[in-house]
Amino acid sequence: MIALFSHVKKESKINGLIMSFIFWLMLSEVPVARGVWPLPQKISQFAERYPLNPGAFAFLYANNSQAQPGCSVLDIAFKRYFSLTFPGYSGGKERRGGRLAENNSSGGYTYALVVMVQEGDCDGYPNAESEEKYSLSVSAGCGLLVAKTVWGALRGLESFSQLVYQDEHNTFFANKTEIEDFPRFLHRGILLDTSRHFLPVQTILKTLDAMSYSKLNVFHWHIVDDPSFPYQSRSFPHLSNQGAFHPSTHVYTQADVRRVIAHARLHGIRVLPEFDTPGHTQSWGKGQPNLLTPCYHGGKPDGTSGPVNAAAASSYQFMTRLLKEIHSVFPDSYIHLGGDEVDFSCWKSNPDVRMFMSKMGFGSDFTKLEAFYMESLINITASLNKTSIVWQEVFDYHEKPKVMSVVEVWRGGCYLCEMRKVTRAGLRAILASPWYLDQPGPTHDWSRYYNVRPLAFTGSEQQKQLVIGGEVCMWGEYVDATNLASMLWPRASAAAERLWSDEEQTSSVSDAFPRLAKFRCRLLRRGVQAGPLSVGHCRQEYQDV
Amino acid sequence: MSAFCQHRKNCLKCSTGVPVYLSFVLIVLYGMPEAQGVWPMPQKMSQSSESYLLNPQGFTFQYANDSVAQPGCSVLDEAFRRYFTLIFPGYNGGNARGDLFAVVVNVQSGECDGYPDENSTENYYLLVSAGLGFLKAETVWGALRGLETFSQLVEQDDYDTYYVKETEIVDFPRFPFRGILLDTSRHFLPLPAIMETLDAMAYNKFNVFHWHIVDDPSFPYESYSFPDLSDKGAFHRFTHVYTQSDVQKVISYARLLGIRVMPEFDSPGHTLSWGKGQPDLLTPCYRGKVPSGSFGPVNPILNSSYEFMVRLLKEVSTVFPDSYIHLGGDEVSFTCWKSNPQVRSFMEKMGFGGDFTKLEAFYIENLVNITAALNKTSVLWQDAFDHHENIPNNTVLLVWRGTPPKYHWEMSQMTKAGYRVLLTAPWYLNHISYGQDWRDAYNVRPLNFTGTDEQKKLVIGGEVCMWGEYVDATNLMARLWPRGSAAAERLWSDEEQTSNLSKAYTRLSNFRCRMVRRGIRAEPVYVGYCKHEYKGL
Repeated sequence: MIALFSHVKKESKINGLIMSFIFWLMLSEVPVARGVWPLPQKISQFAERYPLNPGAFAFLYANNSQAQPGCSVLDIAFKRYFSLTFPGYSGGKERRGGRLAENNSSGGYTYALVVMVQEGDCDGYPNAESEEKYSLSVSAGCGLLVAKTVWGALRGLESFSQLVYQDEHNTFFANKTEIEDFPRFLHRGILLDTSRHFLPVQTILKTLDAMSYSKLNVFHWHIVDDPSFPYQSRSFPHLSNQGAFHPSTHVYTQADVRRVIAHARLHGIRVLPEFDTPGHTQSWGKGQPNLLTPCYHGGKPDGTSGPVNAAAASSYQFMTRLLKEIHSVFPDSYIHLGGDEVDFSCWKSNPDVRMFMSKMGFGSDFTKLEAFYMESLINITASLNKTSIVWQEVFDYHEKPKVMSVVEVWRGGCYLCEMRKVTRAGLRAILASPWYLDQPGPTHDWSRYYNVRPLAFTGSEQQKQLVIGGEVCMWGEYVDATNLASMLWPRASAAAERLWSDEEQTSSVSDAFPRLAKFRCRLLRRGVQAGPLSVGHCRQEYQDV
Repeated sequence: MSAFCQHRKNCLKCSTGVPVYLSFVLIVLYGMPEAQGVWPMPQKMSQSSESYLLNPQGFTFQYANDSVAQPGCSVLDEAFRRYFTLIFPGYNGGNARGDLFAVVVNVQSGECDGYPDENSTENYYLLVSAGLGFLKAETVWGALRGLETFSQLVEQDDYDTYYVKETEIVDFPRFPFRGILLDTSRHFLPLPAIMETLDAMAYNKFNVFHWHIVDDPSFPYESYSFPDLSDKGAFHRFTHVYTQSDVQKVISYARLLGIRVMPEFDSPGHTLSWGKGQPDLLTPCYRGKVPSGSFGPVNPILNSSYEFMVRLLKEVSTVFPDSYIHLGGDEVSFTCWKSNPQVRSFMEKMGFGGDFTKLEAFYIENLVNITAALNKTSVLWQDAFDHHENIPNNTVLLVWRGTPPKYHWEMSQMTKAGYRVLLTAPWYLNHISYGQDWRDAYNVRPLNFTGTDEQKKLVIGGEVCMWGEYVDATNLMARLWPRGSAAAERLWSDEEQTSNLSKAYTRLSNFRCRMVRRGIRAEPVYVGYCKHEYKGL
């Protein structure tokens, strides 16, 4: 009936055997047996291991740490990571953060992870430049986690939680370990599309949780598009009143948006809003009359509308007000302006647009009109002290790339050629093309996302440095809360390792497979509905049907 | 049309007090509101625009006086309770608008304590008028189908008031066998995942759960005759097994939903996990003149293999009440048999020459005979037929290979030879592709092969297969629904009335929202929304 892939399983078993052999018989350094996903830049593990008693375990602030009790990000992270580190533990009291001084052996802890943050801003938001590096050392009696920022400390806590495992008798252990870690790319994102299907806030929050398990740090919120406008705008409430699937059940209120941003912050995740124009705006037209271009047929408006009317001054006034609102609602320094897939046929049909074209001297080159529109928006955004991101078409159509700053490459074909062009023009680039996870391959396709080589284009060192990262896109044509998690995980984790880890150390799919399979079981244990990679089982299967 | 009228009149006669003003004039005037509809589409259905508000507090199910089934009938008592919740989703006991309404159920024959079987009739008649729903069925299984239909007729307006339209339905399945295969060997499926699948099957009027319970990767069935099989062959002997009580739970849950449980113990291939707990069952493969340490299919030359299978099948036939046992018989690789000198000399002794399909056939024939001796019908994958012309005639064959021309040809050959046939080839829903691939499942034409009417009648149904390489409890529901619903309609409904994809699209999107409302994680058909989105996380 079916072709078999059992060889994969066998291979992993054999690997496992070899691993445990080395593990138990050699007292020297052991390879990445228990593995952290994504793979740290440097990790050494040793056979020496320490039993951890959750009832006598504590996360502690180091005396010389800038962050101290009261640091919201870490206080909450300690609580969260206690449960994540010791899943299923219900007995005894949970030990929370306190000062190391209170501890010693008299504090009753048998093991403490001491956290030392060098720069202490606990109330800010992670941003495009936030440092995430950390070092982690696990030794007898205590572990030490050192990070420059709280965001780095979060990444270190995640790694620590993944070092802890249970033996057959459910005792928790961590092996002696040394980790030096930092991300390869600063921008490691996931795009969710809340327009083609509405995603309940809970679903978004849960995705943020899972993102932090894979050390992803940007939630690209493609919040509105043609099918619906769920963002409840303060300045233009009609947009969602008329443009959402339902004005009260299928909208994101201001409170919802704040909740998402606050939850993301606590996980060290930036929220990058996208308000895609001038195309992909059908739903905007319902609540904002005269925004979209009326299409003409045979000399008369035919009742349909096209992209935002780039020839009308009112459009720019509207966009200025909307972008001002977005600027104040979303703390991130980036705003995604979209600019993709603009269909010119409606513009072409409209006499006013054509008149504007000739006035501006654009001839009949509508890419110039689009460039004009996008440049105006980029300028508005810049005047709000925000950096704009645009989809690659804006770069392709624009003669003066200097006005742009960040370009997201999404088209298929030779995406590395495009990366080369964008960086040669001196612009920063984000790669999305190979990570369209909403379009599934037939089977076993996680390796497709793993095998991506974002920098494998010809270009100078400087050009390569302009590649700030990549994004997994989960477009919503066929995706909603019912299938999002199983389509996203663990395939997005494959992309996450490509974006975080050293490429040379993570170039083998067969080395990655058993690690990813284990990590996927860890995700299940944490309640993430991650799909299976291949035949096999997890000690604890997903039960929450 | 006239036959329909007559049938309707007959039914009206049996029911007392049902208003007879429903006329076909109404149907002509208002047409058939396709959008609201029941999924899978009933054979005959007419609705008027007249609608009645339903107040959950004034709503009851009743047994008709002349019904054979009466209070105490387990299947229907349970179903009334279940369907009350399904009819009034979100109802939490508060006051609601609406009138008194009773659904009166009249079952004409049969019993309440048995199991659905291959001959169970599922036809029913449903009439909804002011204050009264009248449901008549030959068996309790038919009554279950009618209750499902009734539950799908109930809608909520913008103020959340429940209402139902004046409706008349005559319904019966196109095929008696409408199955779903779950594979619990490649990944273990926890019991709740199986139960939820059974629930969703009932919503779609599927009636056979084909339990592909064991295979190469693991043996989760806890056998009482051979406990070592799961002790050694399951992924984990405690957490990843189906105990006898688990199996009983599945069977009795399925029974209450009118679903048969057809077990599959696939052999002689796909048995690697069996070998762990049953030494000497599998053929030792040879490299050169020495055993290589690896194993192939069940060893068909040893008496011990057949003795083992007799005991196992005896157990299976007592544990599973259904009259069908699936014996597998697919994808037998001959390389191991070929490598083994004892097998080769057995071949010679039997006069099989170098044709290993004969050895396979020999094994299968033995198993079919064992099964027949247990008074059970054997079901086999098509390979057995492809390799062997003389398998016993009362065997049911499952066509799983190839494109439409290939499987149609296969069905034509099988039915010509007089075998009963099930189709699954176009419904391997574990395979996914981008886009609206439910349409492929919907576009299947099971009977479009060359053959006589007699031959067509031998096609008893079809199955959706959900193989487990990449499927477990995390993604099962989203992958199965609503794509499985497309197959459900093809197997239940009249093909001519359900050949239009765009009409089906609207109905399927609505039905998918209904499943989501019922807690089934059915994935979206395309861009859009449900009034109540999936909230379970």
